[in-house]
Parts: sequence; structure tokens; C-alpha cells
Amino acid sequence: MAKISSVKVDSKIPEGPLAEKWTNYKAHQKLVNPANKRKLDIIVVGTGLAGASGAASLGAMGFNVLNFCIQDSPRRAHSIAAQGGINAAKNYQNDGDSVYRLFYDTIKGGDYRAREANVHRLAEVSGAIIDQCVAQCVPFAREYGGLLANRSFGGAQVSRTFYARGQTGQQLLLGAYSALNYQVNQGTVKVFTRYEMLDLVVIDGRARGIIARNLVTGKVERFAAHAVVIATGGYGNAYFLSTNAMGSNGSAALQCYRKGAYFANPCYAQIHPTCIPVHGDKQSKLTLMSESLRNDGRIWVPKKLEDAKALQAGTKHPNDIPDEDRDFYLERRYPAFGNLVPRDVASRAAKERCDKGFGVNNTGLAVFLDFKYAIQRLGEDVVRQRYGNLFDMYEEIADTNPYKEPMMIFPAIHYTMGGIWVDYELQTSIPGLFAIGEANFSDHGANRLGASALMQGLADGYFVLPYTIQNYLADQIQVPRFSTDAPEFVEAEKAVNDKIAKLMAIKGTRSVDSIHKELGLVMWDNVGMARTKESLEKALKEIARVEKIFWSELRIPGDADTLNIELEKALRLLDFIEIGKLMAYDALNREESCGGHFREEHQTEEGEAKRDDENFSYVACWKYTGEGEEPELLKEDLNYQYIKVQQRNYKN
Amino acid sequence: MWLFNSSVGRKVVMSVSGIALVLFLLFHMSMNLVAIFSTEGYNMICEFLGANWYALVGTAGLAALVVVHFVYAFMLTIQNRKARGSQRYAVVEKPKNVSWASQNMLVLGIIVILGLGLHLFNFWANMQLPEVLHKLGMHVEDAVMADVANGSGYIAKTFTCPVYAALYTVWLAALWFHLTHGFWSAIQTLGVNNKVWFCRWKAIGNVIVTLIILGFFAVVVAGYFGLGALGTIEVAAPAACCAPCC
Amino acid sequence: MDKNISFTLKVWRQRGPKAKGAFETYQMKDIPGDTSFLEMLDILNEQLVNENKEPIVFDHDCREGICGMCSLYVNGHPHGPATGATTCQLYMRRFKDGDTITVEPWRSAGFPVIRDLMVDRTAFDKIQQAGGYVSINTGGMPDANAIPIGKDVAEEAMDAAACIGCGACVAACKNGSAMLFVSAKVSQFALLPQGKVEAKKRVKAMVAKMDELGFGNCTNTRACEAECPKCVSISNIARLNREFIKAKMKD
Repeated sequence: MAKISSVKVDSKIPEGPLAEKWTNYKAHQKLVNPANKRKLDIIVVGTGLAGASGAASLGAMGFNVLNFCIQDSPRRAHSIAAQGGINAAKNYQNDGDSVYRLFYDTIKGGDYRAREANVHRLAEVSGAIIDQCVAQCVPFAREYGGLLANRSFGGAQVSRTFYARGQTGQQLLLGAYSALNYQVNQGTVKVFTRYEMLDLVVIDGRARGIIARNLVTGKVERFAAHAVVIATGGYGNAYFLSTNAMGSNGSAALQCYRKGAYFANPCYAQIHPTCIPVHGDKQSKLTLMSESLRNDGRIWVPKKLEDAKALQAGTKHPNDIPDEDRDFYLERRYPAFGNLVPRDVASRAAKERCDKGFGVNNTGLAVFLDFKYAIQRLGEDVVRQRYGNLFDMYEEIADTNPYKEPMMIFPAIHYTMGGIWVDYELQTSIPGLFAIGEANFSDHGANRLGASALMQGLADGYFVLPYTIQNYLADQIQVPRFSTDAPEFVEAEKAVNDKIAKLMAIKGTRSVDSIHKELGLVMWDNVGMARTKESLEKALKEIARVEKIFWSELRIPGDADTLNIELEKALRLLDFIEIGKLMAYDALNREESCGGHFREEHQTEEGEAKRDDENFSYVACWKYTGEGEEPELLKEDLNYQYIKVQQRNYKN
Repeated sequence: MWLFNSSVGRKVVMSVSGIALVLFLLFHMSMNLVAIFSTEGYNMICEFLGANWYALVGTAGLAALVVVHFVYAFMLTIQNRKARGSQRYAVVEKPKNVSWASQNMLVLGIIVILGLGLHLFNFWANMQLPEVLHKLGMHVEDAVMADVANGSGYIAKTFTCPVYAALYTVWLAALWFHLTHGFWSAIQTLGVNNKVWFCRWKAIGNVIVTLIILGFFAVVVAGYFGLGALGTIEVAAPAACCAPCC
Repeated sequence: MDKNISFTLKVWRQRGPKAKGAFETYQMKDIPGDTSFLEMLDILNEQLVNENKEPIVFDHDCREGICGMCSLYVNGHPHGPATGATTCQLYMRRFKDGDTITVEPWRSAGFPVIRDLMVDRTAFDKIQQAGGYVSINTGGMPDANAIPIGKDVAEEAMDAAACIGCGACVAACKNGSAMLFVSAKVSQFALLPQGKVEAKKRVKAMVAKMDELGFGNCTNTRACEAECPKCVSISNIARLNREFIKAKMKD
């Protein structure tokens, strides 16, 4: 078992009543005057919603920003693929929404494992995000009267989700990208595309720069700054198959962890209930169908096992199963929220049915999402208008027409709530190193509600980090620009080059992907939707086996000093292996079920997640102790002062 | 100057000159139609458009339009080929809604220009040009001077020749393709287009252009078969008139 | 269920921007019809790595048709023969057993080849950086509902904003023109009241940058629109022209 430290981690939550904490913080924090801002450099790694909005906002304030991304353009970051929408407590629908209610829903949706003060701040700034985006010309959906439209999303009883067709993430990211472009034009931000961060440089205990590889030339380069911001998203690709982009990786976060930043709650991984099922062993990724589909689609499996068998054998068509023989299991189990229960609940319910043999495709790992009823109620045109592009996408992939027969869906890895530990100021345990967006762990607890990732990414980038980073930088104004000739830079660069050389020298026989697939299978089978002590212990052994394969059988054709896609993937896989271990350690330690972490040993009689607030109401912060060593666990106690902690109830 | 320096500006020049030339063709076609009904009437128009100042200004203007349109076309094509890059695609498949004309405007334009040369040689060199030369005090043979306003005669003489009739038909066909894309394209470039007017402009353009070409073609047909007023004109030996081109 | 197919793949291989490229031919056997085109290339790359050869380099990321990173000129079409879809959304069931499939990079002077099928599209970023934004900083914005915007206007702006910046328009255009891309961005901003304020300055700056970067002149062939994976309309190009002419007339 992992070492547990008695030191409690301090989250630096400001004093005062919950609703006034953020206002008070802003009123009393230290600021940097405009003349000094120009002298301060900030590295922002990542150009997704958090990274681009953060870099743009810091640039607009007058800081000198260096912004990195691995893609050919900042606009490619995977935030672009978010479909459904973004939450904000605007109460435009007059349905009783408020900052408090968004705060409450988020805490509850996160299964009481998020920090109150952070979440309240998130809810407070949510409205300003929408204002900012509209001012940037984000074309949100509107009503005929010209005002903004809203839809409802899982885990909420109000309509607070703003959307731009099924492309909300794209439009918000393009908004942030345009803000970034404005700053590039103004000369405050310099963007480095096709660069991958491979190490963090720490000088005298403070983050002072990064080592990054130019992916086109293969050259390893040094970059110095007064502060480093990590905005590199989540690590869901540890499972190989996920809804993440092919390039999404956890390496930047892992380098920070290796340099001393705590990694918090790694076991909290969100499994999204509505993805297109896996269809073969050549598949490279899973495609998400937006949660918004659950607004109008009804989820079901057959009531009779023989119908399920016939569907699996392909001898029966779903449309031939009469309504009375259909089990709308979410509506049955959760009458109050029905098909709009939170993601973790919907995913587990689907798994429960499939485990019992009610799966509806040839692998037995799928349930139906049916629009027949919506089409009867609203007409095909309205359904087409709302979901047309998603239906087209489904038809292209699955080769069936969702207007005529139900879609097949199954849960898949989608988002990681865990990430680099940050305090209230979004600063990690390394001074000068900040983490924002999905890369940090802060606001979603054990489960994230739909349409809240976009909210958090933009909240961090536009409205939180630009304030809190000043509180740190105000003390750095005397520090001159760094030379990248400092020994710490030389050493870090050498370490990176050595690591690359070591990988190139393995000269085995197996491709990166083949090993990654093996890791993914281990993770999905043992650290997936339902975990047990046995499965997790097995996972640790299996991951060690995969790691051994990696170091003995990996083959990277080509050279290191030029563009080399296999090398890029190998470096990322190395870190996914480490993340896999962290996830297993954390899941093993957390002897309870909560949100995205479900331990089969800990469930209620009805099969719901059973938390253990007495013993596990804390953030698990993992500290790196050395290569091949077990990490050390530190705890940050979660202190609920304003919300009554209770079992989540979506039944009534 | 944005009409020269910017891509949109250069296209505006193409569009405006193109539209002006279409309008001229509309006028020219209407004028030609008169020849089918009345040779005297047509000759009167020819006289009217002889070496008078307004006709000359108009001619000069037209020439300028053609030159500008032509020079810009080459300039744009050279730039576009450069923008395309040196390496060509090995496999190219034309998407369905892309018209053939739109991708071959330069070739069509060159055919149109060649046709224009022929046309100037057949008509203008016998009509306005000698008159101008005469006015400038140069020696022009009396026989030529006597016929400078005999447009009907030249029409009959040219089109009874099957080779010329065929050449003019090819020319008109090329012109039709060039203009059907050109008219709509000019409207699009001038920004007068939108989703609703998309098909409308296309239809309007096609109707105007088809009318123009049909009008010209009618005169070729009338000349060749000796229909209408053109049938009343005696043409010497058709074979002789073909001599220059054979 | 989809059938498996076998076919010949001709892929453009090129070491670098200045290097001379050539086609290489690969025989693909028993590829399931529900494999995406990029997954088919993954299979080929896996084979190449197993033979200790360098894999084919191509751009890809989200594989959901939205990031705009994938490219590929497949059998004479950017993003392949399917309409309204990117290469990552192209499935092998669209091809027949025994086909020859030719895969080329985007070919345009504005998009130099980096390696094999990967091209450099930073020119698009530069055009956006020249003016593809609203000049505002963060914070202090009026309420989002302060200015009502007609549903039809918002929808039209969204149609334009759907552009994923993949560069298929440039790849498809015989003139290597970037007008569809630029016009989509100009349109989105010109349609919405928040963007109208600096519409003139924006359109001039973006067109100037586009010209400077060596993209061709639009001759309205409509190939861009036909090949655009997001079906962005050339009515946006008309709007760009209109905005540009208006802006220049005002000077």
C-alpha cells in the first residue's frame, strides 16, 4: 500500500462567507502594474479553451506570453470537439436558476468531492463567460425574439445550457482563438505550433521554464519564463480508446508531477454514456454523440432476454419490439430525472443492463437511444433541426438511419476529473506553476456535469487565472528575464535528450500503438466503469508487464532529430503507463464509490454508488517519489460548510 | 491602387469590364438584327457609326475594355498558376456543380479574342477603319470607300461562305460558354449576390446571354441561307470570298 | 454487415518541403468496410513499422470531423469522394474491392508539404491574426442579451462560422485561392452587430494578408463550396467582395 503522509495539503481558500470569498480575494490580492507586466514572461502550454482564453487574457493585460500547442494551429485543440453546450447561471429562462443553484448542482453532480469555494467561484463567473463570448461574435443559438436560447442538460432541472448547434465547443474555441489572434497581432502573445512540452524546468523551487521539442525539426529547445501555465487537457487516452483526440495526452501534466507537483484524484475518470459502440479491433477512437440527445431521445433495452438474444444474433429488428416490451430503464429507475441523470449514473445503468445480458448489438455491449417518440411528438423536421448534424455523423459511422431506427450507444472514456492539484489560486504545489482547465482537478469533484467542462475551461482562462497569477507575479517583478543557459535548463534538456536516445535504442519489434492498445485493454478491464480491489491489484501487475514490454520490445523507425511521429507517440505512451499506475493506486486507495469512481464492494442495495464521507471526504494528492517507486499520498480535507452532504438522489 | 494590388480589386476590374462588354454585345446584337429586316436600315446604322467622333470614342473605349479584360485575364491566370504550386495533382475529378466553362475561362477567352480578330478583319477593316484612314488623309481606294457603310453587304458576303459561317458559329458557341459563367461570376465578384439571388442571377444571366448569342446566330443563319432582307443582296462568288482564309 | 475489401493504395511520399516526392504503391488486403480511411492508414502504418520502415506522415487529431486537422486529397477530391465529410469521417465501405485509391497531400503554394501527406497551413493562422477577431480584451462586456440578434442572422453567421479551417477549399481550387476560408470568417463577423464595428478594417486587413501570402484570385468556379466538408456557401465570398468593395470605396 502506498505511503500516506500526515501533512495536510492547504488549498488557501480565502476567509469569509462563501458568496464573498472571490470578491474579497480580488479586492485584496496583489496586482502588477502595467509597466511591470511587460517585463514578465508567462509560458502557457496548450491552446484549448483554458489555454487560449488564458493566453489571450494575460496578453491583453500586458504580460508577455509564449503559447505552445502540438497541433498545426491553436484552433485544433480538442475543446473544439465539445458538442452540447456551456452552462451559465443567467436564469434567462426564468426557471429558478441562480448562482447558488448552479453551484449546488455542480457539487451534487460531483458527488460531494469538489471544493465548495472553487465551485462557487465558477458559478459566479459563469454569466460573464457568456457575455464575453457574445462580444466575440460566438453565434449562439437564438430564439425568434433575438435573445439567447437554452437547452437542458444532465444533472439539472433548469435550462441553463447555451449552445451553438452541436458545435458549441468549436464556436467557443474559435472565439478564444480569435481573442488569441488579436493578441498575436498586438505582439503580446507569441504562438509556437507543433511544439511539445517534454519537461518542466524548476529553479530554486520555482517553475521557470519548459523544454519543448519542435515536432517538425525534432530539435529540443529551451524556453524560460517567470511563470508556467499548464492547460493541456486530460489523460483519458491512457485507455487508448476514448473520445479524446488522437494527440490528446497527459505528458505535460506528468512532467510536472515528476518535478514535484501533486497529482490529484487520478482515479476520477468520466465515462460518457452516449458514444458509438466499439466495432472492431482496428478502431482508433470512439465517437461521442452529444449528451443533448438525451433531451429528446429515450434510452431502452428489451424487457425480455429472448428479444435481446435475437437482437444480438441479428434475427430481430429493434422496430419490431413493441413499446410494452421495451425497458426504459433510466425512466424506470430515476423517475425525477429520467434520461437526464448525470453521466456516471447513466453509464453504470447501461453497464448493469448489458452485464445482465440485455445488450442490443452483436457484442452485447450497446443500448438503444430512440428518437421515434420525439419524431412522433415534434415531427422529423424539428428533430432534424435540433440534431441533424449529429444524426448525419451517426449515419456515416454506423451506416444506419437514426430517423428510421434507434441509435446504438455505449459508455466510453470521455473526461478526466482528476489532474494536477491546484490551490484556490490555480497554483500547483510548485510555486510559479499553474494548471487550468481539464488539466487541473479543481471543480468537478468525482463527476463532471454535461456542459460544465467548457464553463470551467473558460472560467479559469478568462476570469480566474488572470487575477490569481498576479498575486504570484507581483513578487517576481524584480526577477530579470532568465537565460536559458542556466544549469537547470542544460540539465533538463540533457535529460530529455537522454530519454529520447534511450527510447530510440530499444530497437524492438513492436509498434507504439500495439503496446498502447494493450495498456488500454488493461485499463478498461480493470480500472474502468466498475473496479474491485482484485481488478486494481491485477491492473498494477498488468501495467508493470506492459511497461516491461515497452522497454524491451518497442520499435521506433526513423531518426530522433527530425519529424518522427512514432517517437512522439512513444513519449506519450511512456507517460500514459505512469498515469495508469497512478489511477490504479488512487482507485485502490479510495475504498468507496463516488461519481466516476465505482468500487463494486461499495454500493447500495439498489446498486447505487455508496460514498464513505467519514473516511474519504478528501482530495487524494499523489506525490512523485522517484522512478519505479510507489507515490506518496497527501490529503486535502474537503470541508463542507454550506452544503449538506447527502446521498445523491435523482429518483424524486 | 486596390484595383491593381488586391485580388478582389483585380476581379472587380474583370467584372466591370466584362459586364460593359456584355452590354455592348447586347447593343451590337440588337443592331445586327435590323439587317435581317431591312438592309437600308442596317446600312443607315453603319453610316451613323462610321468615323464620327462619338463612334470613335466608343470604339476606343471598347478597345480599352477588351485590352484591360485581356491583360487582367493573363495577369490573374499567371498569378493563379503560381498560387497553385509547381506540383500538380495526379488525379483530378471535377465536382458535380462546377461548370466546365468556369474552369476554362482563359481558353474560351482566347477563342473569343481570335474570333474578334477575324471579325475585325471581315467587317471593321472594311468599314470604320478605311473611313478613319481616309479622314486622316491617307489613300483609300474608291471602291472600298464606296462600301464603308454597306454593312448588309458585308454580312451577306461573309456568311454565304460556309467556312466563315462555321467559324462564326464556333466563335459564338465559345462566347456563350464564356458569358454564361462570366455574367454570373461578375455579379458574384461585385458582391451583389446572396443565397436567395444565387439561382436568380444565374437564370437572368443565362437568359440575357442566350438571347445575345441567338441574336447574333440568327444573322449568321440569315446570311448563310439568304433569309429575310439579306436574301435580296446579290453576292458575287462565295468561293472567292473564302480565298483569304483558305 | 460491411464486407471486407482489398485494393491498391498509391500514396505520395516526400521527405521534406524541398525534396522530390513520388508515389509509393501498397497492396491493402481484407480491410473491413467499417474502418475509417485514417484507420486504414493506421493499419498500413502498423505494417510499415513492423517492416521497420517509416510510417506515412499525415495530419489528424479529433477524428470526429471538427478539428480540421486531417487533410488528404483522395481520388481527386479533398477529403475524398464523400460530400459534407472530412477524411476522418470517410469509411472504407465507400470503396470497392479491387479499386486503386490515390492519396495526395493538399497541393498549393500556400501550403508547402512538410512530410508525405502533412502540409503547413500556418498561412491560415496568419490571415486570422491579421484581423479575424473583434478587438476587445477580457471582461467588462455588456450583458449577452443586451443586443437582440435575429434568429436568421444568427443562423447565417453560424453557417459561416462552421468552417473548420482545414484548407480543402484551397486544395480544391484550381487557382489556389483561400477566398472561401477568408470569406467565412469575414461573414461571421460582418453579420453580427458586435463584429460590424470594425468590419471595414477587418476585411481589408484579411484580404491584404491573404494576397500577401500568395493565395490565388477567386474565379468563382465553386469547386471550394462543392468540396467543403462543412458545406460553407460561396454566398460568403459575395459578401466578402461586397464588404471589401464598400470598404475601399469609403477610403
